[in-house]
Amino acid sequence: MVEIKSALEKDIYTIYVIGEVDASSSIYLDESISEATNKHKKIMVNCEKLEYISSAGLGVFMSYINDMEEKDIKLVIYGLSDKVKHVFQILGLDQLLKITSNETEAKLIVNGV
Amino acid sequence: MVLKRNFLKILVILGIISWLAALASGYLYKFSLLHNSGVEFYLFLSKAFLVAFIFIIYLFYLKNIGTKESFNIIDLLWKVFVTGLIATVFSLLSNFILGLLQGNEHGRNPYFLDTLYLINVGLIVTFLVSAFTVWKRLILYQKSKWLLRTWNVFEYGLLGSALLYFSQVKTLNDLGLPILSVLVLLGMVLSVNLKWVAYLNFRQKWKSILLILLIGLYIGYFYTNLNSFGSNDGFSLIVNALDIITFFTLFIFTLTYCIFSVLVLLFNLPTSSVFEQKLVEVINFQKLSQSRNTGQDEEQIYELLLESSVSVVLANAAWLDIMDQSEQFKKTLYYKINRDEKEAVLKSIKNNKIKALHSSVPSRNQIQNRYLAEIKHEVYKSIFVIPLYIQEKQIAVLSLLKDVNEGFSREMVEIIRTFINQASISIENYRLMEEAIINERYKEELKIAKRVQDSLIPKVLHTNDDVEISGFSKAAAEVGGDYFDTYKMNAHQLALIIGDVSGKGTSAAFHMSQMKGIFQSLVQLNLNARDFMIKANNALSNCLDRTSFITTSYFIIDSKKKKFEFSRAGHCPTLYYSDKEKKVVFLEDQGLGLGILRDNQFNEFVEVNEMEYNSGDILMLYTDGITEAKNKNNEEYGYERIKQFLESHAYYSAEYIKEGILKSLYDFCESSNLEDDITALIVKVK
Repeated sequence: MVEIKSALEKDIYTIYVIGEVDASSSIYLDESISEATNKHKKIMVNCEKLEYISSAGLGVFMSYINDMEEKDIKLVIYGLSDKVKHVFQILGLDQLLKITSNETEAKLIVNGV
Repeated sequence: MVLKRNFLKILVILGIISWLAALASGYLYKFSLLHNSGVEFYLFLSKAFLVAFIFIIYLFYLKNIGTKESFNIIDLLWKVFVTGLIATVFSLLSNFILGLLQGNEHGRNPYFLDTLYLINVGLIVTFLVSAFTVWKRLILYQKSKWLLRTWNVFEYGLLGSALLYFSQVKTLNDLGLPILSVLVLLGMVLSVNLKWVAYLNFRQKWKSILLILLIGLYIGYFYTNLNSFGSNDGFSLIVNALDIITFFTLFIFTLTYCIFSVLVLLFNLPTSSVFEQKLVEVINFQKLSQSRNTGQDEEQIYELLLESSVSVVLANAAWLDIMDQSEQFKKTLYYKINRDEKEAVLKSIKNNKIKALHSSVPSRNQIQNRYLAEIKHEVYKSIFVIPLYIQEKQIAVLSLLKDVNEGFSREMVEIIRTFINQASISIENYRLMEEAIINERYKEELKIAKRVQDSLIPKVLHTNDDVEISGFSKAAAEVGGDYFDTYKMNAHQLALIIGDVSGKGTSAAFHMSQMKGIFQSLVQLNLNARDFMIKANNALSNCLDRTSFITTSYFIIDSKKKKFEFSRAGHCPTLYYSDKEKKVVFLEDQGLGLGILRDNQFNEFVEVNEMEYNSGDILMLYTDGITEAKNKNNEEYGYERIKQFLESHAYYSAEYIKEGILKSLYDFCESSNLEDDITALIVKVK
């Protein structure tokens, strides 16, 4: 199961993804990203406590790529464990999404520095 | 049956014979007596035949009505009544003849009187024994061990005492009286058993009273009639049947039971309606609880509930509001009331006279919960409202109306509650059954889907002179999203694909079949790996839903150039074993899953590589179901294990490696029930 929290600091909206994202729990991830992309331009996804993500979960991130380009939304994923990062890499999503190792770097990227 | 009928016939014949024999030997005795030499033997014979006659009649009735399994009380009483009627008619006829001949010589003929007497005795014995056997059945209506024992003592005592007739013991002498008293007392004790009375309804009770009164009347008549014979002037009976204790006791016992029965019947008359009502309740309750077995649908169960409830509390009108699945009002069933009247009744509920009843169901809305109330209406004075719940969801509300104040007693409320509970259970069962049927249908559909999907996975793989290929694909659920296929493009080129649709189950299975279609179409065009990927991505972009994508690895094996041409679209990196170096490497080239970018941008991410191959080299394509399979300790099978497996099994054939990887995986997981679909395709260069 997945637990999703969010926080807004100035104009940066952070989504915390905690636990496992599988086919059934990917809906919650979808809901939270959908909400974020509707309201905010600067989004960070904290995956420090994301233990596992299935292909369905990856599909959720994938589905917003076009959206974000059109709306000029900056979304950065950070804090991925090696295993989870590998999953992103195999699929090739690391080439399309901004993935960094920590919050500081993520902040720099969303602020467009 | 035939045997029994014959037996009964024989008994009838024997009965007539013994009666005639008793008469004949009586004549002989009287004849000998008139000639001053009383032959005692004839007297004995006459007595013996009379006793035999009683036994035979007893046996006859025992076999005739005594053993039937089920019986109707009124029918039994009717039989006794008819027997009594016939006996009385004959007896009256004989008395009439006696009266006619009283004046003349024949009338005083001792033979003539004896004949008449014996005719009467025969009739009475028949009648009494028939009554006795019926009384026996009634007394033993509800048996208990003690009752059966007492009855047996009584019955055997009664029969046994007939033999005392041959001794000096007579009914009313010093020796006979104690025995008689004991038997009569036993009979009285047994006569208290009148449980059958409770099972008769009001009409049946009246009928029984009438019949038993008449039966009692016959008994009385017969007794006085027999006695009057004894008091005839200057006449002595050869045999006096009343001297037989059995005979005398039969009189007293049958009459006692008549009196008891009539009294009990009379006293039970006022309460019979209560008993009938209880019976209606039980029957209705049974109907409600059986409704799920008789294939009734919800509507019929509701109708049954309404009907039953009205009949058990004798409501004057009622309605049942039925809700749909989301607890919204759906429809109302009415009983002797219409919609307008219902509204009028609801409006006239006296708000201050609502008495809510304790409810185990959480109350959400007072008015929708259980309550009794008085109403200010010209016809109806009280209302009882009770809802039906299934798993805390209200499914219906029953409202019962009566034209008297406080018309619903505590018992009625309780009964309705049990009815409501039973109806709720029946409806719940019905719904569960419906669901089960639907689920069963889904299962069937899934089975078909599985069959269809299995047929999409090739059973026989294409190959060429250079390579041997083996593969398997196992879905975790009925259907899955894994796919592999082969195609012989021309004499020297062989195309190979493995794919994994994101997500699981049915949705993945649909996309998997699309992938198969796309592969089979594009592969005909003799495209290179790059063009294949681009066109496949284009095609899938129009097929996949928003969050779905497919990862694939595509290989073209060229036996002329001795080369693999390959491209990876986000799929697990292929394992490559080089026989020269005796090492396994992952072919980790760049690539993006199909359907992730649904425009030309995708083209930039397609990377194609070529590689020469040598004999003994192995390619192992697989899906993440294998590498991500977990054991009990939540460890993944992982890339390292699969790599080592291939390294250590590179010597074997493709088929053997295929079997080996499955076994290795199952051993690692300690189960063959995996969470994800697993697929592998092994290519070994000969």
